[in-house]
Amino acid sequence: MAFTNDEVLAGLAELITDETGIDASEVALEKSFTDDLDIDSISMMTIVVNAEEKFGVTIPDDEVKNLKTVGDAVTFIVSGQE
Amino acid sequence: MTKRIVVTGIGATSGIGGTAADNWTNLLAGMSGGRTLEHDWVTEMQLPVTFAAEAMVRPEEVLERPVAKRLDPSSQFALIAAMEAWEDAGSPDVDPDRLGVDFATGIGGVWTLLDAWDTLREKGPRRVMPMTVPMLMPNSAAGNLSLHFGARAFARTVASACASSTESLVNAYEHLQAGLADVVIAGGTESAIHPITIAAFSSMQALSRRNEDPVGASRPYSADRDGFVMGEGAAALILETEEHAKARGATIYAEIVGGGVTADAYHITANAPEGAARAVRLALTAAGRHADEITHVNAHATSTPVGDPNEYTALKDVIGDRVHEIPVSATKASTGHLLGGTGALEAIFTVLAVKNRVAPPTINITTQDPEIPLKVSGEPQPLGDGPQLAISNSFGFGGHNAVVAIASVDD
Repeated sequence: MAFTNDEVLAGLAELITDETGIDASEVALEKSFTDDLDIDSISMMTIVVNAEEKFGVTIPDDEVKNLKTVGDAVTFIVSGQE
Repeated sequence: MTKRIVVTGIGATSGIGGTAADNWTNLLAGMSGGRTLEHDWVTEMQLPVTFAAEAMVRPEEVLERPVAKRLDPSSQFALIAAMEAWEDAGSPDVDPDRLGVDFATGIGGVWTLLDAWDTLREKGPRRVMPMTVPMLMPNSAAGNLSLHFGARAFARTVASACASSTESLVNAYEHLQAGLADVVIAGGTESAIHPITIAAFSSMQALSRRNEDPVGASRPYSADRDGFVMGEGAAALILETEEHAKARGATIYAEIVGGGVTADAYHITANAPEGAARAVRLALTAAGRHADEITHVNAHATSTPVGDPNEYTALKDVIGDRVHEIPVSATKASTGHLLGGTGALEAIFTVLAVKNRVAPPTINITTQDPEIPLKVSGEPQPLGDGPQLAISNSFGFGGHNAVVAIASVDD
């Protein structure tokens, strides 16, 4: 079963809230992980590990640095599904 | 020049309470923290010991989840105890470069390490969490306390098994004496009620097997004692130079007048009375006091057949026959054994004992071992109105001995 954009966004928001305490309503496609949400590298990696598990995708380490915004991550995860 | 080092804040969480005040009230009331463990792993793994003194208040009830999930339970307990102690001290306004941390653990993040090992085996390396190492390292509590309170003078961890947090208090005393800080957050923590530690301590015949009687299982000095009871939690004390405390108008609980640390060089697990006696003497020398002045002892007394009489031998060697007239408390009867957290918790009990002029009870003694004729009681024992000088002892695997001397202050 493939996840839609909205489902991935909602799921990511859950993981981000769980990791950082940031309110899920703050998590929007245009938000930058570092500049807007103030997520450090170790939290980002924790979110990546949890997102791989949650959505059944692989996010290579080299790819993580390209995921600047929440929207980048949603796009990557949705297109990366089997 | 010798400084006076005082205690201005206390915080604790253990099997008999989630705050220092609750710990003290429940201790005086004769509560036991021993309870049957309700976890599935107890029966799944067929553990020979099915009880322990788990923390009465779970850390997740106190800490917000984003904070808690970045900390091993041992660091969660540490933060809870330290936050309480800090607030109790009036949240001191101190130069960050003059605020230190001396915080100990016996084992460190055993839950984090073994959870990560399970994840690695079941799901592979990619699922091992990035925070694993900073959570499992034994200095995690000290580092996180430094971060939380902005302590930049130092953040030091000692690991000397069950002597750990008494040694941290001695270190804090010495660091303040040496002028390395004005205020130190000192104490210790442990969260090691885990199937591996229960299995391992059981293998060495260290734990009580009274599965049918968890409440009565920890019974130091009782003739029928059969081992210690695992406990968990943390305790923190705010230590401060008297000069700094008075300048800010802080309330002073008691004075840390000295500390002593020795090593046995005798056996990796058994303790030698000689090393313990030497630690008591060092603490008295540092305090500039004499054994005749001791009015109360909080004993290490874990409830093992061999350990309890060895400590008596050491105390008798230092104090002489008068040891039989001094109210002694073996509070592990109530709290179980918090390993690296135990010394700091017992130091808090000693601070409150000299302040309130009462030795807390030692519960569960049915028949006192005639080989250990110390003055213990199942009820609180009054200490009298005069000035108080108490010692709190801790001994650890590795041959570590640590003793802290605590005196009452004029109100």
